[in-house]
Amino acid sequence: MPKFTRPRALADTETHYCPGCTHGIIHRVIAEVIDEMGAQGETVGICPVGCSVLAYDYFNCDMIEASHGRSPAVATGVKRARPDRLVFTYQGDGDLAAIGIAEIIHAAARGENITAIFVNNTTYGMTGGQMAPTTLPGQVTQTSPYGRNTATDGFPLRICEIMAQIDGVALAERVAVIDPKSVSTAKKAVRKGFEFQKNKQGFSIIEVLSTCPTNWGLTPLKSIERLKNDMLPYYPTGVYREGAAR
Amino acid sequence: MERSLMKGNEALAEAAIRAGCAHYFGYPITPQNEITAYMSKRLPKVGGVFIQAESEIGAINMVYGCAATGTRCMTSSSSPGISLKTEGISYLAGADLPCVIVNVQRGGPGLGSIQPSQADYWQATRALGHGDLRIPVFAPSTVQEMADMTGKAFDLADEYRTPVMILADGLLGQMMEPVSFPEEKAPAARGEKAWAANGHGNARPKNIVNSLYLQPEKLEQNIKERFVRYGEIEKKYADAVSDNADGADIIVAAYGSTARIARSAADMARAAGIKTGTFRPLTLYPFPEKALREACASAKKVLVTEMSMGQMVDDVKLALECKLPVEFFGRTGGFVPAPSEIFEKIKSMTEV
Repeated sequence: MPKFTRPRALADTETHYCPGCTHGIIHRVIAEVIDEMGAQGETVGICPVGCSVLAYDYFNCDMIEASHGRSPAVATGVKRARPDRLVFTYQGDGDLAAIGIAEIIHAAARGENITAIFVNNTTYGMTGGQMAPTTLPGQVTQTSPYGRNTATDGFPLRICEIMAQIDGVALAERVAVIDPKSVSTAKKAVRKGFEFQKNKQGFSIIEVLSTCPTNWGLTPLKSIERLKNDMLPYYPTGVYREGAAR
Repeated sequence: MERSLMKGNEALAEAAIRAGCAHYFGYPITPQNEITAYMSKRLPKVGGVFIQAESEIGAINMVYGCAATGTRCMTSSSSPGISLKTEGISYLAGADLPCVIVNVQRGGPGLGSIQPSQADYWQATRALGHGDLRIPVFAPSTVQEMADMTGKAFDLADEYRTPVMILADGLLGQMMEPVSFPEEKAPAARGEKAWAANGHGNARPKNIVNSLYLQPEKLEQNIKERFVRYGEIEKKYADAVSDNADGADIIVAAYGSTARIARSAADMARAAGIKTGTFRPLTLYPFPEKALREACASAKKVLVTEMSMGQMVDDVKLALECKLPVEFFGRTGGFVPAPSEIFEKIKSMTEV
């Protein structure tokens, strides 16, 4: 029986994440994959503005903090300078799907050999729960206090479906981290993305459906229920594109 | 040394490559497109990297990532594009990342014009992004200086871990003059900078490139440390040239391409019997205050001339501490002042 221990790529430190939030699971999944690939020394992680802004303290690899939305461009600069390195971004839905939509689309279109971990919890967590591009119709947030009204607030963006249209993409997969089986699938997806990158086969994005108990105003368990009942129908998990881009 | 006839923009690009800059990230905008085009042609031939980014914001953030790995890199743009880059420049300054940013100025505000301008002086010397920061700024006046100052800019950037700006204008970018280049340097060795985030190889503690300090004590300490370096840059790099300043009654101060016109105007003034000298800053931040005061030792009046409504004139007044009357003549909107216009202004200053 293998002993459950902290992955080497994960720092032995307290995180600032709220109780019940799934960021911790996602961090662990990434760190386990880095460990298994023996890539800790060659990895550069980029964490932009949002809940992941302090993640530079949580991973035991070289880390870069980036401005809001720009980490795919920053990752491009890193990767083009050091093509031998494993480069990942860790972005939230406001960061990637709103302010950073140009950077992520064009990094994908260039087929940059980088991996984006896209954490979708349908809200801006760090700033106190505002409406995100992924906020569901009717969802109450700080800036949609009467529920997201599609007549005035528009519609949510399905990022994996968009990414699947881009030829530079080797992997676009949506996963969740709500039970052991889905966590295992998420880990496999991250590994696939990193492998595509390592083999210089194109851009990879793994969208992880995540919870935000604090800003959703739900207990951690009820948050998981909401994710299952409300998010999964709108954001079905699965592989949207897979195969070497070049 | 071999001399080539080149546009200022091309000379600058070639000089950057020879300074060991093998990574360039740009976005098209007039009147700096020759830099981007030159890099796209040359860099792949020398094993370098050229990316036409999705925007100026994308380009400056690619510079941020590339510089974070300890690799020499640059971007270039023109006024409206520089405004877009200022977010990234602020982060570069806050994370102490060396790089070179070129502004081939055009008219503003807004879309302005594509004609030459010097209306970004305030932005370059005061406002290249939010926060407590300064960016060293070189002001070339010839195609040769476009090349020479680029090499210097990379060295200063590395020495003090700061972004550095070359503030040119559309005239300098587009004009052709003979230029000679220094011996080519090998691309700066990759990954040798102790602070670089380029994969620790399990051989050293991890590096973090970051500008976030949530504790006020740490942020203040960090900024104060950076301002010590700015102080050293001010002592070491402030530079200017003056001509015919000894015994001059009037000093005409100008930078960049306007300085060439100012010199012609000063020649006309001296031919008309007015003792006129010129002062030209080579660096705008740090502004060469001491050199200006020395050049103005005998002067009764100072004229500042720029392709703007008057921006550098502020630094001249600050340096002279109101001890001399300072007047201004400028053209803006894309107009380049004629020597005769500046001469008329000099003449008017001698009339009581």
